[in-house]
Amino acid sequence: MPSICLYFQIHQPCRLRRYSFFDVGHIHNYEDEIENRRILDRVARKCYLPANALLLKLIEEQQGKFRIAFSLSGTVLDQIERGRPDVLESFQRLAATGCVEFLNETDSHSLAFLFSPREFKAQVLLHRARIRDLFDQDSRTFRHTELIYSNDLAIAVEKLGYAVILAEGTEKVLGRRSPNHLYRPAGCRKLKLLLRNYRLSDDVAFRFSDRNGVEHPITAAKYAHWIHRIRGKETVINLFMDYETFGEHQWEETGIFTFLSDLPGEILRHPEFRFETPVEAAAGHDPAGEIDCPEPISWADEERDTSAWLGNAMQQDAVQALYKMESALRKRKDEGLLKRWRALQTSDHIYYMCTKWFSDGDVHRYFNPYESPYEAYINYMNILDDLSQSIRNSKGESS
Amino acid sequence: MHILMFGWEFPPRMSGGLGTACFGMTKGLAALGHRITFVLPQAEATSAPFLNLLPAYATPVSSVEREEREIESLHRLTVNPIPSLLAPYLDGERYRELTLFGRGRLQDSPFVYGIDLIAEVIRYGKAAGALARRISFDIIHAHDWMTVPAALLARRISGKPFVLHIHSLEFDRSGDNVNGAILAMERDGLEAADRVIAVSHRTKRMIVERFGIPPEKVSVVYNAVSRNEAQRLYRTERTGPQKMVLFLGRITFQKGPDYFVEAAAKVLKVLPDVTFVMAGAGNMMRQMIERVGELKIGNRFHFTGFLQGEEIERIFSLSDLYIMPSVSEPFGIAPLEAMLYDVPVILSRQSGVAEVLKHALKVDFWDTRELAAKIITVLKHPALMDVMAEKAREELRTIRWDTAAERITEIYQETVKVSKRDLGERADFKSFPMPQ
Repeated sequence: MPSICLYFQIHQPCRLRRYSFFDVGHIHNYEDEIENRRILDRVARKCYLPANALLLKLIEEQQGKFRIAFSLSGTVLDQIERGRPDVLESFQRLAATGCVEFLNETDSHSLAFLFSPREFKAQVLLHRARIRDLFDQDSRTFRHTELIYSNDLAIAVEKLGYAVILAEGTEKVLGRRSPNHLYRPAGCRKLKLLLRNYRLSDDVAFRFSDRNGVEHPITAAKYAHWIHRIRGKETVINLFMDYETFGEHQWEETGIFTFLSDLPGEILRHPEFRFETPVEAAAGHDPAGEIDCPEPISWADEERDTSAWLGNAMQQDAVQALYKMESALRKRKDEGLLKRWRALQTSDHIYYMCTKWFSDGDVHRYFNPYESPYEAYINYMNILDDLSQSIRNSKGESS
Repeated sequence: MHILMFGWEFPPRMSGGLGTACFGMTKGLAALGHRITFVLPQAEATSAPFLNLLPAYATPVSSVEREEREIESLHRLTVNPIPSLLAPYLDGERYRELTLFGRGRLQDSPFVYGIDLIAEVIRYGKAAGALARRISFDIIHAHDWMTVPAALLARRISGKPFVLHIHSLEFDRSGDNVNGAILAMERDGLEAADRVIAVSHRTKRMIVERFGIPPEKVSVVYNAVSRNEAQRLYRTERTGPQKMVLFLGRITFQKGPDYFVEAAAKVLKVLPDVTFVMAGAGNMMRQMIERVGELKIGNRFHFTGFLQGEEIERIFSLSDLYIMPSVSEPFGIAPLEAMLYDVPVILSRQSGVAEVLKHALKVDFWDTRELAAKIITVLKHPALMDVMAEKAREELRTIRWDTAAERITEIYQETVKVSKRDLGERADFKSFPMPQ
């Protein structure tokens, strides 16, 4: 029976305050708390609360047949736990239905895997413990920041005990094969790989309100029809997208909530189709083949690689400087410093320094709190300067 | 189209952005096939007639071969120098100095020039505008207030439409201490012009808000930058760990040299080995030298005086960072020139060029702390300089005089069309039998 796997990513970075060189050595709190709270409140109002309420209603209506997955980054959890317990509760209510799987990722929404295996593992374990505490689930599914994926990552993730990993269904690794199957990562024996169907996913995430689109308006009935055309016993259709699609990226006025509301019914109208969470889909299907991915891929930009974070010399410089601090920092055994360092690992800080497309101004611009990638880099490097000074001055907790 | 242009300076004698803009624009227009009669004031006793002037730009300084197309297009250009002491950025005081102590000119022709700047502008206007009697053309294009009387006279004689191109306003140059006579001349020009071209939206806003000119009459055409092959010679002068930060421009109120000095002092407290260079001349130079002394940073702060030609190329190629802290800058071509030498730039937000440039850092001119902080961070992180220089190179390819000239051509065409229609209406009116 064909399965639909719906997974929503929930993430908000902890945006940094404007940090001048003259602040180095004086200000050690790097977060722009007011701006973060402002954005969290807006997204909670426009997306998290109404979308969670709608999903809960749909799950109850479908009596277990509508199943979804969430991955909440540690940085958004930090903000929700601190400021919006009502939002946390609404996620917990969803967890209690038994129809929602909560995935694991790196707690800081970081690129740690590419630079420090040790830090990567620490962050995954941290996130796993957090999800267990908050939602009472031991996740068997892993997704990496921005759906970054490679053979090496799959092997490391298998070692950490996961059964499933998610990645982008790009032609770079699929060739002419379909993303609508389950695959086995090269070099892994048990781990299963779910690949995002980017056409169908982006029809909702990016093209939903595009009035010039051939298929505008996209209704749930039309969308379900496209999905129903994909047949086959081993079919798994993976629709992965940002949760903020609902109400924040696509405003309520576009009809996105009506679409979401009608979707389960329209899909389930066909008796062969069912919703499954990633771990269920993986258990119920056999791999159709092996995916070999020596170079990292991601779900970002046309390139589907890591160039949005590591594409220019500033980004390389910033990331290198960040991870170069690790050994000195660990020697200090100072929890406060470690926390500050982890907060700086969030991939968004590096993404803001991306110069691709900056000239044209587009999606990168939309999410960027800085006037230019240069401002982003300057701000970040000043903060790193301060952290590095703090590390040098720290005597460590033990002494 | 045949253009009668009242402009300024041709290479190799250039004192600033106005001349650079006139030259680049003229080349761009000539390349599009327009014929241009270029009228400019020329004060030298050995005042060169057109044919002597031509080789100065037809033969490049570096003697690198120019493209044939360019040489051909320069033939569509006729240059008409008119004897006058006028020069871009001249103020009343400096004009008085010129007339009193001007390198022997006055002894030869004591009664030729105007008694003060305004009188000279009017006198030049009569001489230059009168050219309109001798040649035929389709449109008049004048640059800044000093050419307004000439353009108005040419229009009166010929009845042809007049486009006034504003590169800077008295408000930019003098802040609140404006010269009323200059302001009046700007107003006359702006009101009488059939069409106004502003070098930035910033300037357009000032024209609309301060002079009450209808916004639909004002079009924005950004300046551009021409690549000179000679610049290649000076590409790789930056060596070693010693960093140099450059200010290049007139040392006047408008350019904010004082903010550069204050920021330099703040930077030197953190990075004592940086060298600051202030290149240019102007009425605030003495004051700046005194302030540098007061701040005790003289050993790291240099004044070069007025630079031109290859000296400018050389100083850019030696610099690690270019700062333009202008208080009020209608456009600002110099940052584009800096970018040609792979020098990253920090611009005042109060500049027109900041509207165009994405790959530059921007600060409010008065925020010397922020300016200093940015200078320090840029100098400390070579990766930033590299990426900015690389991206700026790509950006410069899109900022071309060809494109500006195309836009100006459209403006000419619209203006001529409207003016013909108006003339037609007037002609109809005249042909109506008037009651005796």
